[in-house]
Amino acid sequence: MSKTDLKEYWRRNIRIVLILLSIWFFVSYVLSIFFVDALNSISIGGAKLGFWFAQQGSIYVFLIIIYYYVRYMNKLDKEYDVNE
Amino acid sequence: MSVQLWTFIIVGLTFATYIGIAIWSRASSTKDFYIAGQGIHPVVNGMATAADWMSAASFISMAGLISFMGYDGAVYLMGWTGGYVLLALLLAPYLRKFGKFTVPDFIGDRYYSNVARTVAVIAAIIVSFTYVAGQMRGVGVVFARFLEVPINTGVFIGMAIVFFYAVVGGMKGITYTQVAQYCILIFAYMVPAIFISFAITGNVIPQVGFLSTESSSGVYLLEKLDMLHRELGFHEYTTGSKSMIDVFAITFALMVGTAGLPHVIVRFFTVPKVSDARKSAGWALLFIAILYTTAPAIAVFARTNLINTVSEKKYTEMPQWFKSWEGTGLIKYEDKNSDGKIQYVADKDANELTIDRDIMVLANPEIANLPAWVIALVAAGGLAAALSTAAGLLLVISTSLSHDLIKKQIKPDLTEKQELMWARIGAIFAVLVAGYFGINPPGFVAATVALAFGFAAASFFPAIILGIFDKRMNKEGAISGMVVGLVLMFFYMAVYKLGWFVEATPPPTEWWFGISPEGFGTVAMFVNLIIAVVVSRMTPPPPADVQQIVEDIRVPRGAGAAHIH
Repeated sequence: MSKTDLKEYWRRNIRIVLILLSIWFFVSYVLSIFFVDALNSISIGGAKLGFWFAQQGSIYVFLIIIYYYVRYMNKLDKEYDVNE
Repeated sequence: MSVQLWTFIIVGLTFATYIGIAIWSRASSTKDFYIAGQGIHPVVNGMATAADWMSAASFISMAGLISFMGYDGAVYLMGWTGGYVLLALLLAPYLRKFGKFTVPDFIGDRYYSNVARTVAVIAAIIVSFTYVAGQMRGVGVVFARFLEVPINTGVFIGMAIVFFYAVVGGMKGITYTQVAQYCILIFAYMVPAIFISFAITGNVIPQVGFLSTESSSGVYLLEKLDMLHRELGFHEYTTGSKSMIDVFAITFALMVGTAGLPHVIVRFFTVPKVSDARKSAGWALLFIAILYTTAPAIAVFARTNLINTVSEKKYTEMPQWFKSWEGTGLIKYEDKNSDGKIQYVADKDANELTIDRDIMVLANPEIANLPAWVIALVAAGGLAAALSTAAGLLLVISTSLSHDLIKKQIKPDLTEKQELMWARIGAIFAVLVAGYFGINPPGFVAATVALAFGFAAASFFPAIILGIFDKRMNKEGAISGMVVGLVLMFFYMAVYKLGWFVEATPPPTEWWFGISPEGFGTVAMFVNLIIAVVVSRMTPPPPADVQQIVEDIRVPRGAGAAHIH
């Protein structure tokens, strides 16, 4: 594979990693810690939303992030012909 | 059949399984011993990683901790799961592509320096020993409570079992025993949780029961708990008492610490392909999340149950479980105002009840009146959690000694057979030292978990991340970053947690930036990162062949087998 392709592949990898890490940071730190009090004024079921994100929701989001990354990278590896 | 007989039978059966697996999966080469021959399916590896990761603390202590901390318990829930996102996105695939045996291997080769390798070996050994001491102690404690043998005898039995399958089977034996241990521990955790969720809320799924109404009162469980807390003078359950900056720092330190723990990272070396490393991080988190999303539910059920059962009730009318745990000293009652009733309140002078947080999970089956075999199962689950983590840690210690110290530095002409023998000697040595610490726990055992995570965050995480993503990073930068990070972390922990070098442990008001020793790994991590970048820019760039390694690990193809050059 050519040098430019390799650069392009790496650039797209970094881009998706940065997007997903922003979501990771937003859910676990912004929603669950920094703005937990504001979110707690909203209720879902029997729980305050901020509290729920801190103790349940963030973990589900972590799972979705990894699932999406695995799928995205498997496709990207094939597209640039670097898959195993 | 009595609880004790059930416990003997179930614990006996699980131990026989571990030994059977060890004999079946003997390691015959260093590749088997270090990385299970690299033939582990990603789902299997995910399960093994989950057991490797979830320690006695996760299984026995966490739900109880959360039930006393309320919202603040989120630092553990997010901190010990969020690290897997970092592993999957930033570490696991590249380290797998690098394709060596250990974490110090990566540090030593990437930073073309035996000094870097030695710093990594020291960090790996410190992290693993501080962590393993607590596990062996946990084994002893479970034995003591459920089988009524002295704690030390329990530690000896645990040592013998781990000795057998870690020394004989190496990584290969550990992997398959960890799969068995995961199944046992998750079953043991979920059965009582489901029963209790159904009893309290009428819903069998604990994660849903958590959000439901209490069957008896029709009030939402979390609202009810907040109300009870207000009445008794505690801070509201769903709001915390720690400062925001500290909650942030602890959560972050635990996340990056998780991603920097050598016994977790090395699990991703055992899968055949780079894409498998990504996948198995996802599977590992899924298997962990089953327990971690159940724990906060158990915390709420247990807390509500406890307050309803004891608050303002007559001492003489307490149920059987209260009496039997009182016998172990883990529940203490002192009738300060001599009214014969139990006052359980926030005010220290009026409070009459002290409860050890660990009994929340262990006493759960009794509180919910579950059959004797469920209680026995919980004992087997606690042992499985402690033993699986201990084995993973012992392997890191033994490979650091045999591979990174002896083979790579002292005697490079070691044959495959001799190296395997040294790995087994290393494992024996590690088991003995861990056992010693289990029997004579050092005074700082309470601080060990925080310490292990802090060290991992302060040393490995930045060195590995920079090694992958910053081609310009050189040995000068990485070594100075790791050394400063470790020393800073050690200094802060020594002064602010253990009170060394000072007359008295400084109060929280004197913490730097208001960050507790548990959260200081975050600060030490950033200091390491900054120093590494600054120093590397003032010193020569790494040689061309090292820059080529960095190019190579960024592309999945050609991972193949680990090479032994």
